Amino acid sequence: MKPFRYTRARDTASAVASVSEDPGARFLAGGTNLVDHLKLGVAEPDHLVDVRGALDAGVSELADGRVRVGAGVANSDLAAHPLVRARYPVLSAALSSGASGQLRNAATTGGNLLQRTRCPYFQNTTTPCNKREPGSGCGALHGHGRDNAVLGISEHCVATHPSDMAVALAALGAQVQVLTERGERGVPVSGLYRLPGDRPQYDTVLEQGDLITAVDLPALPWVRRSAYRKVRERASYAFALVSVAAALQVEEGRVAGVRLALGGVAPMPWRAHHAEEALVGRQATEEVFREAARAEFEQARPGSDNAFKVPLAVNTVGAVLRSLVEEEGA
Amino acid sequence: MEATITLDVDGVRRELTVDTRTTLLDALRDRLGEYSPKKGCDHGQCGACTVLVGGRRILSCLVLAVACDGDEVTTAAGLAGGEGGPHRLARAFVEHDAFQCGYCTPGQVCSGVGVLAELEAGVPSHATAHPEGPVEASDAEIRERMSGNLCRCGAYPAIVAAVREVAR
Repeated sequence: MKPFRYTRARDTASAVASVSEDPGARFLAGGTNLVDHLKLGVAEPDHLVDVRGALDAGVSELADGRVRVGAGVANSDLAAHPLVRARYPVLSAALSSGASGQLRNAATTGGNLLQRTRCPYFQNTTTPCNKREPGSGCGALHGHGRDNAVLGISEHCVATHPSDMAVALAALGAQVQVLTERGERGVPVSGLYRLPGDRPQYDTVLEQGDLITAVDLPALPWVRRSAYRKVRERASYAFALVSVAAALQVEEGRVAGVRLALGGVAPMPWRAHHAEEALVGRQATEEVFREAARAEFEQARPGSDNAFKVPLAVNTVGAVLRSLVEEEGA
Repeated sequence: MEATITLDVDGVRRELTVDTRTTLLDALRDRLGEYSPKKGCDHGQCGACTVLVGGRRILSCLVLAVACDGDEVTTAAGLAGGEGGPHRLARAFVEHDAFQCGYCTPGQVCSGVGVLAELEAGVPSHATAHPEGPVEASDAEIRERMSGNLCRCGAYPAIVAAVREVAR
């Protein structure tokens, strides 16, 4: 592991100033992904600025009804928070389905958003990877492809984004608050991430020194009826093959409102806008839900090992939305 | 690069100078001679290194020692050798034969103590039927909550039984 300087930030503004002026500096929060990258040689910073103690670790209701989640809130604390459990069950469920109890206690809201892909070619420094080493090629494209993305990919990168939490946040339309050298700005979660294109080394639109300070959850009473379903190769402690975050509002048997986002299928938490548009005003039946999901995957480009993800996602969307209709009727 | 830090390990204040690259696990084992936290995978996948920091279970292999400066760390040895004798969960592990080789056991016990606190506080898990619903110490809940601790000997049924006994 390359030697590095470690400093504990007094506050977020000084952390942003230190990391902005030093291209070799990185923020450290829970460290559950970054410390592993230091060991693997995937990340080689020469200065770590620890922001864990400087970040807001609280959850509070804003005057307009939105809920603000500090970037330093641990994943376990967010999943357990009464406001989140009552108003945003999809978020609590997504958080609980990720990682293990120990990791959720350490991992933060901001760090969870910025965790990097678990593509084995990215994590193994002896294999080519355009995300880790631009221009070296993509090992996954013609390699072991079972975990690869099917939506939003390019010939340069087919990696998936691993977060469960971010899928729920994308469905909710949450807003990320970012502190930069030029002041604060808000970025919708869906707009935080970049598709790989020909520059897969950039996961997000953030620049060196930009720090996520909070995530704002919208005031949307009807997302109380929401759910997260994660399909994986074992029942716990595994990343998603496919996951679905959904909220549904039904009026007189028809879809009045729907939020749908997918995990495990794309380089970012994938807000299923095509499917949502196809659903509004339609009969709330499983066949209609599946048809809308198929519309979302018309643009899919599966490889030889991961074509199963398309029907798996269609079936999961159908099942999750049906369960929400049944909950509504209950 | 080095830094001098203070850790409270099982109730004893310890000061040490570490390379900034040192994980909490390596500081405990190689610098302080605390061998109950075990090194399994060293990548956050097996749970053998689980300790309690500020009473919460975490993986000591994925946290830098410098980031724990001033923290209170409890290891399985601390849980076993307290003033009132071994922790109830450590005793339950013995009574239920919840191990074979014993390598994962210190991590299992620390994780289990964290689980007991989480159940007590009503923290939901992936096995909880509804995020708002009640949390019970069912076998499904215990299995889900302990899923970050692997046991190659396969003592899982007895581990679940040990945690269940203390939770009720």
